[in-house]
Amino acid sequence: MNDGRLVAHQARFDLRTFVRDPTATFFTLALPVIFLVLFVSIFGSQTLESGVETTTYYVPGIVALALVSATFVNLAISLTQQRESGVLKKVRGTPLPPWIFIAGRVVTAVVVGLAMAGVLVAIGRLFYGVALPGTAAAGFLVALVLGAAAFSALGIAVTAVVPTEAAAPAVANAITLPLFFISGIFVPAESIPDWLVSIADVFPVKPLNDSLFVAFDPATSGLGLAWGDLAVLAAWGVAGAVVAARGFRWIPRRG
Amino acid sequence: MAGPVISVRGLVKRYGSREVVRGIDLDVRAGEVFAILGPNGAGKTTVVEILEGYRTRTGGEVRVLGVDPAAPTRAWRQRVGIVLQSSRVQPELTVGETVALYAAYYPDARPVAEAIEVVGLAAEAGQRAGKLSGGQQRRLEVAVALVGRPDLLFLDEPTTGFDPGARRSAWGLIASLRDLGATVVLTTHYLEEAEALADRVAIIVDGEVVATGAPGEIGPGGDGQGEIRFRLPAGARPPPGLSAVPRVDTGGGVRLPSADLIRDLHRLTGWALDRGIALERLSVRHPSLEDVYLDLTDRAPG
Repeated sequence: MNDGRLVAHQARFDLRTFVRDPTATFFTLALPVIFLVLFVSIFGSQTLESGVETTTYYVPGIVALALVSATFVNLAISLTQQRESGVLKKVRGTPLPPWIFIAGRVVTAVVVGLAMAGVLVAIGRLFYGVALPGTAAAGFLVALVLGAAAFSALGIAVTAVVPTEAAAPAVANAITLPLFFISGIFVPAESIPDWLVSIADVFPVKPLNDSLFVAFDPATSGLGLAWGDLAVLAAWGVAGAVVAARGFRWIPRRG
Repeated sequence: MAGPVISVRGLVKRYGSREVVRGIDLDVRAGEVFAILGPNGAGKTTVVEILEGYRTRTGGEVRVLGVDPAAPTRAWRQRVGIVLQSSRVQPELTVGETVALYAAYYPDARPVAEAIEVVGLAAEAGQRAGKLSGGQQRRLEVAVALVGRPDLLFLDEPTTGFDPGARRSAWGLIASLRDLGATVVLTTHYLEEAEALADRVAIIVDGEVVATGAPGEIGPGGDGQGEIRFRLPAGARPPPGLSAVPRVDTGGGVRLPSADLIRDLHRLTGWALDRGIALERLSVRHPSLEDVYLDLTDRAPG
């Protein structure tokens, strides 16, 4: 099997593993849908100061949440599990090149994240009449793919500081939940204090959220490429990849 | 004859100032089952993990299938199968899926069904790995290690934690691996396991090889040595002029750790005939691997 087919082979088995893990599938597949339905039901028939309907606001926001869950949270938790249970150690003793194993995991995470984005956008359109992006779909797709790649790299990087399997969900949630709040995912950014927004600007969740929102903003014309946000995301992705390449471990702590 | 499959000279491993492997020499020949036997903490796992390419060494020369395992290549990994103590397969995948996942890494893999059959898991092929018993999971790991048709197979403590029945059946499996043409290196702290399976054994105590050879030939016994036992009537003393000092217990039982069996037996029986003394329960015993092992591991500090 050549290396490209081996990546696909890995991804196929990773996907099978993922769909058989009830915890991972609930948090990655079901929870974003529940969030979208809840937020739209609670805040649905309102118009924000910017003139955007809350339904339209929440679709790209929950897409951002789903993408971060599918990539960052999923990889941080499952790779730590695989490391501590000895799955990674076993893989390291086979001829499979390490980069192919990681590529398979990332491909799976990105595919799940993109599929969830499709599902959420479809729910918004079908049940809440949220208009699909026009030409700005280009910017939406670029933000999705770049965001999925950057948060995958960050998810792999964070395993370097997670000591145990039990700590992994706590660490992943401690990082993402506050960022979701201050980045305008749960609460529209206009009701968040400026000082919190300026903190959120430094981290990658808000740039992802903002660059996804551009495509749904009725004021957007053209391709909807938010270059500044995309640049911040890319920088975080590169930083994540560097830390991941240096700090990722294959051997459990206990030996 | 081809060179050794594994050749180790002066292997040293230090963690900081602690030396856990202290100058080990080993040769493993093609086609044999070689056991590394030693108590827990003796350094067995450290040694095999260096041979497997998992750990670096501090000093010494190591060649495994002609390659330095400190720089493992993909082609070399395709010839080596490993069953670790501290590894797992993905619990969500079935037995068949697990073997198929790993089979794709090898240029000339065994058919998945065949690998499962060899380890006796055909009936469980559709079961998830996480639902298997401990012994069945270890069998699955063996199937995964075998699927690439390895020339060399490492089994680290293959039966630790097994009940006696599962251990017997694992031994049957390991013995059959030789027929597949692989050289097998196993570590164990069960000496019955080494005795039952190995063509040759190296006993490691405290980071050093203290004895090496076929299980029946390790230690004294191969060169006219052995233990002579008999019983003397009350009041009688064994004769002088033997090769070692006999130990007499209060019930008249005598044990002589003889360095020269023929001469000592001649002297003893001649002496007994002369005096009309019956050497009751006279027997000659060669030390078993167990005697040697217990003796060697007793002497070790800690």
